[in-house]
Amino acid sequence: MTAAGLSALWSHWRRNPLQLFTLIAGLALATALWSGVQAVNAEARASYDAAAATLGEGQYDQLLPETGNQIPQETFIALRRAGWLVSPVVEGKLVSVQLLGIDPLTAPNGLGPVGDGGGMSLPDFLENPAVFANEDTAAKLRGIIDAPLVIEPAIAPNTAITDIYQAQRLLNATGTLSRLIVARNQPVAQKPLGVVAPDLVRRAAQGGSDVARLTDSFHLNLTAFGLLSFAVGVFIVHGAIGLAFEQRRAMVRTLRALGMPLRRLVVLMAAELLLLALAGGGIGVCLGYIVAASLLPDVAATLKGLYGAQVSGTLQLRPSWWLSGLAISVLGTAIAATGALVSVARMPLLASAQPRAWANARGAMRRIQMLASLLLLVLAGVLALFGDGLIMGFGLLACLLIGAALALPLFLDAVLSVAQSWAKGVTAQWFWADTRQQLSGLSLALMALLLAMAANVGVSTMVSSFRLTFTGFLDQRLASELYIETDSPRQAAALERFVEPLTSEILPLLSIDTKLADMPAELYGARIGATYRDNWDLLAATPDVWDRIAAGEAVLANEQLARRADLWIGDTLQIAPDVALPIAGVFGDYGNPIGQAIVAEPLFTALHPQVRATRFGLRTDDPAALRTALMDDFGLSAQSITDQAQIKAFSLGVFERTFTVTAALNVLTLSVAGFAIFMSLLTLAGMRVPQLAPAWALGLTRRRLGQLELIRAVILAILTATLALPLGLALAWVLLAVVNVEAFGWRLPMYVFPRDYAVLGLFALVAAVLAAAWPARRLARVPPAELLKVFANER
Amino acid sequence: MLLTVKALTKSYSGAEGPVPVLRGIDLTVAAGDTLALTGESGSGKSTLLHLIAGLDAADGGSITLAGQDVTQLDDGGRAALRRESVGIIFQQFNLIPSLDIAANIAFQARLADSYSPTSARELADALGLGDHLQKYPDQLSGGQQQRVAIARALAARPKLILADEPTGNLDEETAGEVMTQMLALVAQTGAALVMVTHSPRLANQMSRQLHLRQGLLA
Repeated sequence: MTAAGLSALWSHWRRNPLQLFTLIAGLALATALWSGVQAVNAEARASYDAAAATLGEGQYDQLLPETGNQIPQETFIALRRAGWLVSPVVEGKLVSVQLLGIDPLTAPNGLGPVGDGGGMSLPDFLENPAVFANEDTAAKLRGIIDAPLVIEPAIAPNTAITDIYQAQRLLNATGTLSRLIVARNQPVAQKPLGVVAPDLVRRAAQGGSDVARLTDSFHLNLTAFGLLSFAVGVFIVHGAIGLAFEQRRAMVRTLRALGMPLRRLVVLMAAELLLLALAGGGIGVCLGYIVAASLLPDVAATLKGLYGAQVSGTLQLRPSWWLSGLAISVLGTAIAATGALVSVARMPLLASAQPRAWANARGAMRRIQMLASLLLLVLAGVLALFGDGLIMGFGLLACLLIGAALALPLFLDAVLSVAQSWAKGVTAQWFWADTRQQLSGLSLALMALLLAMAANVGVSTMVSSFRLTFTGFLDQRLASELYIETDSPRQAAALERFVEPLTSEILPLLSIDTKLADMPAELYGARIGATYRDNWDLLAATPDVWDRIAAGEAVLANEQLARRADLWIGDTLQIAPDVALPIAGVFGDYGNPIGQAIVAEPLFTALHPQVRATRFGLRTDDPAALRTALMDDFGLSAQSITDQAQIKAFSLGVFERTFTVTAALNVLTLSVAGFAIFMSLLTLAGMRVPQLAPAWALGLTRRRLGQLELIRAVILAILTATLALPLGLALAWVLLAVVNVEAFGWRLPMYVFPRDYAVLGLFALVAAVLAAAWPARRLARVPPAELLKVFANER
Repeated sequence: MLLTVKALTKSYSGAEGPVPVLRGIDLTVAAGDTLALTGESGSGKSTLLHLIAGLDAADGGSITLAGQDVTQLDDGGRAALRRESVGIIFQQFNLIPSLDIAANIAFQARLADSYSPTSARELADALGLGDHLQKYPDQLSGGQQQRVAIARALAARPKLILADEPTGNLDEETAGEVMTQMLALVAQTGAALVMVTHSPRLANQMSRQLHLRQGLLA
């Protein structure tokens, strides 16, 4: 019986390969977008974890120098003698590679490439004073270092590991250490840290890498985009499954009438869908791999530029990723098919004998849809007004998008109904009425188009606003024509004396990592002069802000700090244990993940006398001449001088990379929506014959019917685009004013880009015309015999 | 007795309360009987057929078919009874459009695990379908499709065949041919046949006739 049932169910797909293709393609595309984005995220996170595992970042408490970045080796020895189980680490840059020296005898298990988490044995590591790195990193070091290189794929990108003494030699850091890792289990009797090493501070383990936390928001955005694309795909699948079930209602009734038990039938249909979901999901995961492989280099560059996170540019096939791709495909199918399966399970055996009941059910469904839409939109409004937190931000997005999608058919029906009432000619009246009748079949595809277009408008508005703001911000923040890095405070002092007559302003870059309002932050000391007074546009400020800052009477806070600590102008910020100053200004600090405060240079120096500026911004009318003087007369190397234009070009380059990622996702999502319309129209074309036959019999030519089909697709696309624009702008507002603030801590001004929207609208129209062209052509060429069958009651 | 129906009642809900369709039907059918059910539209003929087949649930009374009370069976039990003991021939043929003719004929027999390729082939030949076995339903005429439906019902070797206006969609000549073939084949299998029809001519070809009027046997 099972075999007979399966053969009957499967025969439907065999006879309707297009529908099968739609279903599998919808699932594959949805899974591809989702799993592609997830693969990118997983790869990036795996890189952070590899880095964290290698560097011990976040997993263990660490001892760091209170000032500077070096710990004398004697301090380590003193701590060990005092019973502290600590392990030394030396780190530094060799070309662009982070070289890490560890002591394998004292390093906690699993750290670096040795032990449980690593790929080599301790004796090998000790006997072979080699530098271990993955293949790409090793290639960078080849010829630069004189130590042998060993390839170890598990090591994080752009990181190399070696024995501590080898590292000290290569980094010219003999006798000094960078930090000390504190083992989790320490002896009970040990002298306090303040007694043994008063110059060190202990930083607690943070349960994950810094980079992972910093980039969470970026990945959350990517995930949201992936989820949106998946939702678009689910709409396609929902449409395809709904259509297939609708077409098989008669078959289901016959199967049951011939003795197939309902439960068995439902199980078989569910199994059939599971099989299709796995097939579609499998193809989707393969496609997702291609999507991810093409996106990953840009994402890696973006993450490096924005957060300094090292991400491997090469994609690996991870079982968890395969499984999650298949799982999401099955889940999507389940979401899309549950309604259809429940409908089959509840369908009375003699359902087709009660067409009115079916029509009534559809009417009830419409009312439910209207109510759900209204409810979701109201909820979105409530969340926008009273909600709080990142999850709420995404909840708001979900309510807004799903609510609007559910409202689309009702909106279209209302507009078409008005058009119908205004229509004069009989053909026009039939056209509008027929379009309304088609809405139910097309609504899912149109919802997919709405979501895709809104996502395009929203995300491109956000990114373009970001770029516009960021460009202005760079002009403001990178005012100095040249940026100089010196080797030591002594060289810095000499440099200041040297450049004084050659520059209009010298701006030392003084900073210290600290905690402000109980959050990790940076405190900067600024030499307040014309550059700050003329170039800095503050988001909010007191009228005499620069005078008060210069006098050491107030502090500037970046937006992130102000928002997170719920501080604003006039509030007091504690910048040292016994120093609290009012906030006189809040500045935009786009791209910086943590809080920042700025005080005048004299106050900073008084608070942190040990911190001496080694980097400077120099203002000059003739940067080229100054550069030459610095190199020829002062003896500064070319690497120590950075041109403002260089930094700007680099920063903007990062954003262009970000654009590439979002633009690619935009195009993919829109393509999926275009595909949804194409497939819906193509499938509907076959079912439309009974509706078109009477119009044909009454005098409309098949060619004219085909033309009307094309016009219908264009009109529906225009109407959908009309709703997509405000929805997209609302989406952009939520992203900029809610999600961005929650995720990054700063709010971006929103700009609109009418030309971009017009181009997008045009794309949507072209997609609709292309999608409708073939189905329309097929309709225009339906053989008269096929149309006549409608009247012969033999279809 | 193959089929015994006692005091069978059925109502449908209407705008102004329940509308009785069957008001207490009693009838019996023995193996090999051929019974015509006639009556005006809305008299309850098709409803009676659906209740006997277990396609719908009765409000009251009992239907005993092949020793089983249909009204006491759950959905699974009724489905089992249908596939093993009943063959149904619908006015609209109700073939499975995506299966070819051979698979359609074999379908119910395969469901009931009683499929015999030889007897299916003989049935197809007897009904003039031998040359159409690889075709699909939409490639056949209405008369041919109804022959396929008859072959499908008979291939499962049911004890009772229920036919709901099986020739209602066919022209008179074709209807006559189909009817003759059907009666001959039913006689060969020894099954009983209950057929709903509007046609007095077809009803006269059956061994018994019952007339339904406003939910009662006249």
